[in-house]
Amino acid sequence: MKGVETKYLESRDELLQGLAKLNRRQFMKVAGAAAGAALAQGILPPHSFTPVRVASAATGGAGDFRFAYVSDSHLYTRDKNDRFVRGLLRAVDDVNRMDPQPDFVLYGGDLAQLGRAEELETGAQILKNLKAPVRMMVGEHDWYFDMGEKWRSLFGADNYSFEHKGVRFVTINSVVEADFWTAKGLTPAERMGTVAGLDNGAQSSFTVGDANRAWLAKELEGVKNDTPLVVFSHSPLYKLYKKWNFWTDDAEEVQKILSRFDTVTVIHGHTHQILTNRIGNISFHGMLSTAWPWPYAPQGLPEMTIQMGRPDPFNPSDGCGDGEVTVHPDGMVDKLYNLWNRNPVTVSRAYMKSNGVEDRPAKPALASY
Amino acid sequence: MSARRLLSMACLLGVVFAAERAAAQASASAPHGALAMSEQEKRLDKLGLGSATGAPPARVVPGSWAATIPADNALTPERVALGRKLFFDPRLSADGTVACATCHDVSRGFTDQRPVSEGIGGKLGRRNAPTVLNAMFFSTQFWDGRALLLEDQAKLPIVNPIEMGMPNGEAAVAKIAGDAEYVKLFQAAYSRAPNYDDVGRAIGAFERTLVFLDAPFDRWSDGDKNAMSADAVKGFVLFSGKARCVTCHPINASNPIGSDNRFHNIGVSARHQDFESLASRALSELAKGGDSQAVMDRLALETDMAELGRFVVTKRRSDVGAFKTEQLRNVGITAPYMHDGSMQTLWDVVDHYNRGGEANLFLDGGIEPLALSEAEINQLVAFLFALTDVRFAAQVKGIEAAQRARAKTTRPFRENDLALRKVIPFEARVRGEKK
Repeated sequence: MKGVETKYLESRDELLQGLAKLNRRQFMKVAGAAAGAALAQGILPPHSFTPVRVASAATGGAGDFRFAYVSDSHLYTRDKNDRFVRGLLRAVDDVNRMDPQPDFVLYGGDLAQLGRAEELETGAQILKNLKAPVRMMVGEHDWYFDMGEKWRSLFGADNYSFEHKGVRFVTINSVVEADFWTAKGLTPAERMGTVAGLDNGAQSSFTVGDANRAWLAKELEGVKNDTPLVVFSHSPLYKLYKKWNFWTDDAEEVQKILSRFDTVTVIHGHTHQILTNRIGNISFHGMLSTAWPWPYAPQGLPEMTIQMGRPDPFNPSDGCGDGEVTVHPDGMVDKLYNLWNRNPVTVSRAYMKSNGVEDRPAKPALASY
Repeated sequence: MSARRLLSMACLLGVVFAAERAAAQASASAPHGALAMSEQEKRLDKLGLGSATGAPPARVVPGSWAATIPADNALTPERVALGRKLFFDPRLSADGTVACATCHDVSRGFTDQRPVSEGIGGKLGRRNAPTVLNAMFFSTQFWDGRALLLEDQAKLPIVNPIEMGMPNGEAAVAKIAGDAEYVKLFQAAYSRAPNYDDVGRAIGAFERTLVFLDAPFDRWSDGDKNAMSADAVKGFVLFSGKARCVTCHPINASNPIGSDNRFHNIGVSARHQDFESLASRALSELAKGGDSQAVMDRLALETDMAELGRFVVTKRRSDVGAFKTEQLRNVGITAPYMHDGSMQTLWDVVDHYNRGGEANLFLDGGIEPLALSEAEINQLVAFLFALTDVRFAAQVKGIEAAQRARAKTTRPFRENDLALRKVIPFEARVRGEKK
């Protein structure tokens, strides 16, 4: 297992070695990287501006439709932390300014930070200002204070499915943890605090769990294999990095349920970063957080992911944002990451369909991990 | 003739008449309200200039100083002498009325103390003239950093149609090339005939002598406990702590002017009409791809692109409405403030930051409401005035009194509910309560 620093030093070495043995192809690669670095530092003279490639949001082929997403706001009450409240307000403002308005808005989970009623109510109040209808998904930060009681009273069931313009959508609770609290005699607040700790090793891994998997299988009964299917889950429905719960422990079993469909797209929260994966017939896309970006996991990063550069520690909103998803008739999507402090990045249907050969998103100008 | 054209001509005439009236009232005035060039030079002599030989100024790390001087323009007395003559010479403008010193007036803190500058024919620009004092310490020049060196910067206003209005650099050189004294000075400075690049170099060399880093704050830092008032000392503590100023305005021996040399959207542009729709349009045009430079040029001609700031140079979303962190040195004598000169007093500036800037889609993430009390605002302002070089002590005293008097009656940017986070930025917008 390689640490973050090791990987960084290796990628730097690769660049420097590339400089030492230049052929034309390598030169272009190195020159591009150097120009990007120079641009990032703002040291290019004004007239030698290198155009920044900005992937465009698809603007509607026949049968396309679009929804917006906002995710992972981690709200405390506003008297405790108004920066996160401001982040969610800013995202709502973004989405309300979309023209035309999206068909609906997916909220990707972790609306609250410590699962308290006041936190969830604060979020619900803000989300009421969205002009488009909202589809809610639950995250572990919403759940483990009262095991989802308040969340369900505000937003309804945690598992549900609906059909929209010929596409089947399924939202599923994927943050089910085995009981680690009863034996230790933890209070609800302690249980929530442990889950919120993410990498403390004191909690269980996320699962969809037997009950929710059974529900999922039943819900998809009778849905034809060629029906485009989009699944919303809070955790990525694959195994990325267990220590941070960038992980779903029964991912294989869930993928098996989805395997008979021609095309499946999973949109997930939790990871707070640009994250792209493809396993067989399933495309996976992460969502940005409105509160903070996570670093990339030190191992297990999917090959399809073009990492966003390191967030600027100076700017608390760098690496945060919201986004849009354009759904094509075949169920594959263009996934737009609307980064508040950077040019937008689109991970397109063509990129996914070609397994990363075509239409690659631009590499970030800033250094990666 | 279109109505718009008629209107602009009428405005132009009005400005010309106003300038003429002002000129008639004060015989020592140069056109466009500047002090007469000869008077400015006398004042400059009294102020005393920094070294013309490249020796590092006091309180500056020698390495940092050396880094401000380009390899092809080592500082020499000959170059400084040539640059000084050029700096005060209105012949470099198309109608002979505008010199560098018109907008960078020695008697006005080396700026023009106007919201935006006035060029040939009374044409008004879109940006506030920054002071030339200590400008050598910036890593980029102009509010959007589109020039890197003083040498590059100096050449651009001369050929800007609304500033000095020369069609090109050769035309500017032609205006002075017949002057035997210039021929002699160019020869002594650069061993060649007058040419435009050397015009830029010489002005840059002269500007490197305008080091003014001897303020009460510096003397206090050196150990003279009486150099700053008790209020200013408290203001310095706020500056470095609660008020968060130092995050973008670091001030130390290697970076003595208090700028991070970066570009931030603090929301000043957002107060301009249609800023966000213009920004969104520019971004979506960019997203459509193609030749982004051509797109930007077209937008620039059609629209009020000036308010997009650094974005016009980099085409990066993070630079929309972002402007260079201005230096804090001598800020007491360079009002009005911000890239558009939209703030009249330092109280206004602190009020702006105290409320967390102006909410907009591109606001820098580091801008937060500060919850400063009225007493704390006064202390912070006292500290900012204590950054004025002692050679301007008499001038700043008068300005501080005038600003204080104005601030007693007019505080257009004060918003206590925002400063105290009773109202959160974006909240009113999201609820549809504003605009």
